[in-house]
Amino acid sequence: MSAELAPRRATGEPVWLRRSLLIAALAFLVVFLVLPLAVIFQQAFGSGVGAYLRALGAPEARAALALSLLVAAIVVPLNTVFGVAAAWAVGKFSFRGKAVLVTLFDLPFAVSPVVAGLLFVLLFGRDGLLAPLAAAGGIHVLFALPGIILATLFVTVPFVARELIPLMQAQGREEEEAARMLGASGWRTFRHVTLPNVRWALLYGVVLTAARALGEFGAVSVVSGHIRGETTTLPLEVEMLHAEFRGQEAFAVASLLTLVAVASLVAKHVLERRSPRPPGVARGGPA
Amino acid sequence: MSIEVRHISKSFGAFRALDDVSLAIGRGELVALLGPSGCGKTTLLRVIAGLESPDPPSGAVLLDGEDVSGRGAAGRRVGFVFQHYALFRHMTVFDNIAFGLAARPRARRPTPEQIRARVAALLDLVQISFLADRYPAQLSGGQRQRVALARALAVEPRVLLLDEPFGALDATVRRGLRRWLRRLHADLAVTTVFVTHDQEEALELADRVVLMDAGRIEQVGTPAEVYDEPRNPFVYHFLGHANLFDAEVRGGRTRIGAVEVATEVPSGPGAGRAVACVRPHDLELSRTPGPDALALTVRHVLHVGPVVRVELEDEAGGRLVEAELPRERQSSLALSPGERVFARPRAVRLFPAGTPPGVVPEPGSV
Repeated sequence: MSAELAPRRATGEPVWLRRSLLIAALAFLVVFLVLPLAVIFQQAFGSGVGAYLRALGAPEARAALALSLLVAAIVVPLNTVFGVAAAWAVGKFSFRGKAVLVTLFDLPFAVSPVVAGLLFVLLFGRDGLLAPLAAAGGIHVLFALPGIILATLFVTVPFVARELIPLMQAQGREEEEAARMLGASGWRTFRHVTLPNVRWALLYGVVLTAARALGEFGAVSVVSGHIRGETTTLPLEVEMLHAEFRGQEAFAVASLLTLVAVASLVAKHVLERRSPRPPGVARGGPA
Repeated sequence: MSIEVRHISKSFGAFRALDDVSLAIGRGELVALLGPSGCGKTTLLRVIAGLESPDPPSGAVLLDGEDVSGRGAAGRRVGFVFQHYALFRHMTVFDNIAFGLAARPRARRPTPEQIRARVAALLDLVQISFLADRYPAQLSGGQRQRVALARALAVEPRVLLLDEPFGALDATVRRGLRRWLRRLHADLAVTTVFVTHDQEEALELADRVVLMDAGRIEQVGTPAEVYDEPRNPFVYHFLGHANLFDAEVRGGRTRIGAVEVATEVPSGPGAGRAVACVRPHDLELSRTPGPDALALTVRHVLHVGPVVRVELEDEAGGRLVEAELPRERQSSLALSPGERVFARPRAVRLFPAGTPPGVVPEPGSV
């Protein structure tokens, strides 16, 4: 194993130093990442598989799962469309204020999710700027599904765009220009040239968006109102169970979120291996 | 299909890429846009293609007399081969070539069988039928070039535009492709414009050469015309190596320093200061001094293929002078560095003083 992990002798560092650095890094990973992950499952299954399944089968847990999936099902397509459109505009066209726009995409990363949640409370709360608009439409935003969707939309805006922009910029505009010279319409060019060239990065962006949409706590917590079985998403349900000293049930629900995280890491690994080279080069790739 | 460009200007920010350019290209011609990098030649090509829109309110682009200025690139039926080919990386060679046909609106789209037949014919034409199922990443530079050309020809363009078609290829492949493109143009008779910075390529391939510098057209003519009758020092200098001397013209005689040289070319300034241009192969080297010979010192003797290039230093000014002689001449002369020799210009071209290469003289002053 050490033969495989040991880096090629590119530096002059002595073997003992490289080994200790490697061991220190691995130890850190185990203590801070692998152990907690193991503890989640150990706690979840601590009272047996039956208790685990009962915890997941509880009406509140099932309602939370359904709500989280519904939110993700609405947010992911919206932010995918937005991310692709934004990346296309930034990556393939020149216009004034482009740098400002790209910086704005990062705003949700820079702002604490709790602040983002408060922002929606301010906008749609009593005397809020947009409250009359929502009232006119007869929509309850706060402590209801629309608020949760808005908050989740906000925090997941950057993922798809951030994956696509550098790739699209690196690929340049020549292929699009070639398609135009061959008489292709804008839509056909996008559909048959631009999109296939970024599909793996796009898929990865979607995976990240979905993972975050399912896992978002802070922003959703502020706008949800914590109504059990109605406005409680999976992360909120975990927190509420935990606060009620129902540890085993909390960890059982948490294990679902952990599985999402592990699945998205596997997906990331697979997609990152595929994205840098043209997918067609591996013969038989979907062309 | 003829091309006409009328009073086109194009700026990128403060940079003026094209400055009131007008040009007419006849049906079936093979024309080279030649100039140093940044001279505007690629911009002009892209304006003809519709990939760049000229600055308003400047002129128009006409294809066969029809003003296409208002039409986008997709509606001009112009074939364009990009410098780096811009092949669709996720499509096979076959799909790349078929793209233009498959992209037509349903009413004008050929059937899949027709497309297959047309692509097969094009693959045959560019001699790469065996590559149909490959992806661009699996091809050599020369092969990509052929795919790009076949793809552009698939839509039966009225005009074919090529941006630095041989720029990214090595010297041997380049020569082969050049000859092949000449033949292809003769067979297809489609009006073709290509951009190059290589004067040899332009002179060898084109029916007419358009010389550009700093966003303007300096001269248009057949390869022989621009080479033999350059309109200014820029054209002269760009079409081949040149030695430039400060000269003085008085009473029909030309002097470089104290040396009187024979000028066969009647055109040129009547009297006063002038720039005398001499090609390296027009400098006759010998060991015999005389009133008509420049005294120079040999610095380097370089054997470049069939010729020997001699780098010399002007004894008075210390400036570098280049001469080229046939191999046999050097074997009999046996020049070696440090030696003193005498150079007699066989052909001198005079331009008025104050027009060094790259500086555009006022129209009519030459």
